[in-house]
Amino acid sequence: MADQIILRNVTKIFTTKTLGDITAVDNFNINVHEGECFSFLGPSGCGKSTTLRMIAGFEDLTAGEIELCGKLVSSSEKKLYVPPEERGLGMVFQAFAVWPHMTVFDNVAFPLAIKKVNKVDIKKRVAEALKHTSLSGLEDVYPGELSGGQQQRIALARAIVTNPKVMLLDEPLSNLDPKLRETMRFEIKSLQKKFGFTIIFVTHDQSEAMAISDRMMVCDMGKIMQIDTPENLYNHPNSRFVHNFLGESTFIKVEVKGGKVYPEGSNQALDIEIPKGVQGKMVIATRPNEIELTTPSAGGFKTHIEKRIFLTDRTEYLVPVGNQMVKIQTPHRVRYNAQDECYVKFIMPIWYPEDDEKTEAERNKRQLI
Amino acid sequence: MKLFNKDDSMAVLDGKKRFNLDKALTITTFILLLIIVIIPVFMIIFNTFFVKATTGHWAFDVSMFKTQLSEPKNLSAMWNTVKIAILTTIVGTIAGVFYAWLLGRSDIPAKGLMKALFNIPYMFPPFLGAMAWDMLLNGRGGYFNKFLMRVFQLESAPININSIWGIVFVEVSYYFPFVFMQVVAALEKMDPTLEECARIAGAKQSTVIWRITLPLTKPAISAGALLILTTSLAHFGVPSIIGYSQGIYTLPTRIYAVIYNAGGSFEGIRQGASLSVLLVAVVSLALIIQNKILSSGSFDIIKGKSTRPTLIKLRGAKYPLLVICIVTLIIIVVVPLVMIVLVSFLKAYGLPLKLENFTFAQYKRVFKGGGTIDSIKNSLFASITAGVVCMLLGTLVAYVVQKIKPKNKGALEFMSMLPYAIPGTVLSIGVILAWQGAVFGINLYNTIWIIIVAYLARYLSFSMKTSSAALLQVSSSLEEAARACGASHTESLADITLPLIRPAMVSGFFLIFLPAMREVTTSILLYGPKTRTLGVQIYGLRDAGMIPQAAALATVAIGIIIVLNTLVNYIVKDRKGV
Repeated sequence: MADQIILRNVTKIFTTKTLGDITAVDNFNINVHEGECFSFLGPSGCGKSTTLRMIAGFEDLTAGEIELCGKLVSSSEKKLYVPPEERGLGMVFQAFAVWPHMTVFDNVAFPLAIKKVNKVDIKKRVAEALKHTSLSGLEDVYPGELSGGQQQRIALARAIVTNPKVMLLDEPLSNLDPKLRETMRFEIKSLQKKFGFTIIFVTHDQSEAMAISDRMMVCDMGKIMQIDTPENLYNHPNSRFVHNFLGESTFIKVEVKGGKVYPEGSNQALDIEIPKGVQGKMVIATRPNEIELTTPSAGGFKTHIEKRIFLTDRTEYLVPVGNQMVKIQTPHRVRYNAQDECYVKFIMPIWYPEDDEKTEAERNKRQLI
Repeated sequence: MKLFNKDDSMAVLDGKKRFNLDKALTITTFILLLIIVIIPVFMIIFNTFFVKATTGHWAFDVSMFKTQLSEPKNLSAMWNTVKIAILTTIVGTIAGVFYAWLLGRSDIPAKGLMKALFNIPYMFPPFLGAMAWDMLLNGRGGYFNKFLMRVFQLESAPININSIWGIVFVEVSYYFPFVFMQVVAALEKMDPTLEECARIAGAKQSTVIWRITLPLTKPAISAGALLILTTSLAHFGVPSIIGYSQGIYTLPTRIYAVIYNAGGSFEGIRQGASLSVLLVAVVSLALIIQNKILSSGSFDIIKGKSTRPTLIKLRGAKYPLLVICIVTLIIIVVVPLVMIVLVSFLKAYGLPLKLENFTFAQYKRVFKGGGTIDSIKNSLFASITAGVVCMLLGTLVAYVVQKIKPKNKGALEFMSMLPYAIPGTVLSIGVILAWQGAVFGINLYNTIWIIIVAYLARYLSFSMKTSSAALLQVSSSLEEAARACGASHTESLADITLPLIRPAMVSGFFLIFLPAMREVTTSILLYGPKTRTLGVQIYGLRDAGMIPQAAALATVAIGIIIVLNTLVNYIVKDRKGV
């Protein structure tokens, strides 16, 4: 597959009056393949939206260049910026951005009218776009009278009506209620299948990104943390941040002494294989369904059940390990009561150095830009 | 047992009290609005169409109205009023939108400072500006005209401010902020993705402005334009100062002339009343037309997360446009101000503006008689009293309309908003007719109270609007929570609702106090020998030809306004912090 969107060493620095220079996007290198659904995932202030806006042409670059469909569209070095209207993109925004002073038809027809397409063709193509987005019959209605889901469909119809090769979606589902969000996700995927466009999907919702993407980029505080398929990211997160951001995580502070692993505040060793060269204070990461409750003979860590919580499809136990509380999720058939003695075993935990988290202050500062 | 009894009796009392309190508030509101608003308006219409026959009966009679309508002077005044208002609205709206876009959406430098400066004309009394421009560009001997004649060896004055266009120019420079402020606010709140979306769809920047930005700000533009139109239709100061010497009359100045010439006789007041009906008709027509336009497009443009709006790069046009902005500011703010201050130091009006002709004598003269000090005292007293009473009354009306919601709350709302559509001049005549003993048997004529009553009617809607907005924010569950904690209806009102809307009440007070302090339209018809207001005093001095003295007092008035405004900003800012 050919690379359709290429970002080379893209950097964006904002200069603010109160906080000085802030690097919103730090040396991003991304290749998005043709026909792929590629997500930018990260907490707010991570640089994902800024990156998208640079691809769209709304922001210039402090350094680096962007190539779209084999054509250079942004380059800080050459001071070349193709204006957004000439990039031939489709885009859908979080707040729908349907024009309240135009009817549904006029909203969707706008991109064609700007291109001076003749009236007969406009009518035909708008009708088709409306059909694909289940909006037929609403041509003469003003968007203000429609629901959020319908408004977002107008935005989708308007984006696909020109049949663009690349579709930029900026948190398009986050203003919708959860049920609708899922439906729209399927609709976007089926539209992609039909028209074959490449999607860049920006979101802070990890489950949404997991469900929709072929590949995704996780970023934090202006840096790319990892780019991979959803499955690989979940199973092999290369940093504590990615581990924590995707799915539910449990981190346990441990100390490796004399070939044994001791959880903080305990003299009892954990039965875990120690990777080569690991020594001193570390953190092991695991997930609530990757911790087993076992019998003494299986060689687990001896402790007790602190609390049992019944969840509809599984049971959750809170179990102290050293001075830390660990969450374990099991099927209902594994049954313990509070204060019961139990043994826990960690399945393939991942090791991280002790201090991996950035300071809270730095994070807050970035929220302001 | 005793305790139980007490509880029991309290519950009954409370229940009874609640019923009584709400009802009492509603009835009080109705009566007050009737006295303050409805009766003056009614008196105008009644006196126009009914005449007391010799038999002592009131008889229907349209002859007065007919005579007034067939008087060519009145017709030309009406025509002038409409012409000036329409031209002012068009030019003012275009200017307002242009500068709003420039300061709200482009990358022009020094935006914050310029936004603040562009709001200055809003707080200045336009009639002072008219005075300044008359000094500069009077067709017979304005200072700037004289200068131009000397430099270019001209026979006659090149620019004559004493014309329809002159009036329009001065009104525009004070009224365009109405549109400017509304549109800047709309542009700042507008979701920028609405515009970005159009770029993505293939539209150029200029296309986006025409097809997206302007249509979306249309409600704000129309609202501001409406304000210009109605204000200009009802405006007295500028046309009276600039148009008088050339015999250019508008309906408000014509009403003043008729009453002034009649020396306060009842016949004159009746003539004024029938002209007022005409003016009200014109204003109402304007309101109806505007309402039609306004209702056609109102929509929500504030949505989503607020990203910074993309500022449009002006590139080569940046500095030329900056120069235009600065020149505009100099013309509408600096020049009139400097002119008034300079003239206030002149030994006599007409002398060249040279250092040897300057003196402080005019200031001494102005304050010598005591009349000036009295006028400042009068203005302060009338504005503060009106401000406080309006604040309380406006909150009362708002509370009844928003929280008690009686069956006829629509009528209440209409009654309180009615003066909004009625020009100050007209209201004054109504107040004269109502309070000179004819209706209530109380004669307030020639006392400061008649001015206060007129202020109440004129400004009540201001405080009612701010209090209404604040009350809407106070969820009724807050008062209910207080009731649940054991507070009585009165207590919950006093301890919960009132403290929560107090900041709005305070800003409502200033919204009345500041304009009342500098107004001339209403008091010019109501003042008596001992109850001149600041505005009337300046107007009177100028009218008597004592222009440098008028300028001196105007300088003092501007000083007072600046001090008060700074004080208000300080207080309001302080409140926001709490």
